[in-house]
Amino acid sequence: MLKSPHLLGIKELDEESIHLIVKTAKEFKEVLNRPIKKVPSLRDVTIANVFFENSTRTRLSFELAEKRLSADTINFSASGSSVKKGETLLDTVNNILAMKVDMIVMRHASPGAPHYLAKHIKANIINAGDGTHEHPTQALLDTFSLQEKLGDLAGKNIAIIGDILHSRVALSNIYALKKQGANVRLCGPSTLIPKHIQSLGVEVSHDVASTLKWCDAANVLRIQLERQQIKYFPSLREYALTFGINRKMLEELPKEIVLMHPGPINRGVELSSDAADSPHSIILDQVENGVAVRMAVLYLLAQRQ
Amino acid sequence: MTRKLILSSPLLEITISRLCQELIENQIDGIETVILGLQPRGIYFAEKIAQELSKHLPTTPLIGKLDATFYRDDYRRREQLAPNSTDIPFLIENKRVILCDDVLATGRMVRSALDAMNSFGRPAKVELCVLIDRIYNRDLPIHPDYVGKSVNTMATEKVLVEWKEQGFTSDKIWLITNQ
Repeated sequence: MLKSPHLLGIKELDEESIHLIVKTAKEFKEVLNRPIKKVPSLRDVTIANVFFENSTRTRLSFELAEKRLSADTINFSASGSSVKKGETLLDTVNNILAMKVDMIVMRHASPGAPHYLAKHIKANIINAGDGTHEHPTQALLDTFSLQEKLGDLAGKNIAIIGDILHSRVALSNIYALKKQGANVRLCGPSTLIPKHIQSLGVEVSHDVASTLKWCDAANVLRIQLERQQIKYFPSLREYALTFGINRKMLEELPKEIVLMHPGPINRGVELSSDAADSPHSIILDQVENGVAVRMAVLYLLAQRQ
Repeated sequence: MTRKLILSSPLLEITISRLCQELIENQIDGIETVILGLQPRGIYFAEKIAQELSKHLPTTPLIGKLDATFYRDDYRRREQLAPNSTDIPFLIENKRVILCDDVLATGRMVRSALDAMNSFGRPAKVELCVLIDRIYNRDLPIHPDYVGKSVNTMATEKVLVEWKEQGFTSDKIWLITNQ
């Protein structure tokens, strides 16, 4: 059983809980391949998906996971809501809870928003991304997808390449991978790698070619232009030429590596189209596993009232 | 706490052989028989049934594992419910399905297993085969078609099944009494 009634970040999760979630997700993946893909486990649970920030994949994935578990769901997005009229986060969520909601899946632009909510309200909170802080379900589905390809991750070399500074996926993945004993190397322009990140026990490199040679799997991240208020590199073209990955680079490697991307891909920037669609890529497996992992998280948290 | 041995070798093998004779007797012409073992311990019983059946039939019947954890009616009402794997590498549509479990008590597990099985298709006929039937313990109107041994147990008693496949020295079924 999970120790906390909330999933706020991977930092708060222990290795045992990560394994429990991945093991449960494996069983749910089998459920998703049945002719009837629905189980009645959460039929007495109501879940609100509260999204203060844009999302396609995560929101659809959560919603599908909830429906596959027979939960009732309501969706809330900040645009077109009373948030625009000045309502506070706590008031908004308390109003939703007054409608007898058991779990909240929340995405918010401010780091720590779900942690704040967890302290003040009585419902299970699942962090679906809080600003540049954490995106725990993405790291869990990345772990599940990696384990499917590489088995136990202890001692495996995993590279995270791209915009580390603005990426909640990177931070959650670093925590998840280090807890499982993997070696992690970050690679990107020095302006997009946070200072002191080595204190988390990761290596830093600025050379994509040698990083690809070193790793068993590369998780390539998107350049988050929407979060960049200043210029971190001269041009997208220069970034693509220095840090972009194409199929030729993958094929010239001495061993086959696994290529991941949390999406959405900026084709031609961090990944060329032929690399994104190459046999190395498990990008669509990640999306498929995302539903199973989110089912596992909801299923395990619903036991913790 | 006292434990009393209620079934072990060689009576266990004789019981399984008798169950298989009954299963063969009730075969339906033109309809294939498949076996589903219920997780966690019914799968070992199912394997024994399949093995024994293969001695008397030209082909070994197909065998699968079914886990009904996600379909239980006591989820969120008790502590931990960790799922086991489901593995049904064949179609059950229009087949005769034999659900195998080691112990039948309340019938709640069988009810959830019937639900779980339905998400794989619509069998022609479903039959329930149990090694131990704890009569008078039923919460639901569920009755087994094939019974290895019926035992009359009280609420303070429990049936404990030990299979060699789980690491025990031999297959043994015990009746445990908590005083």
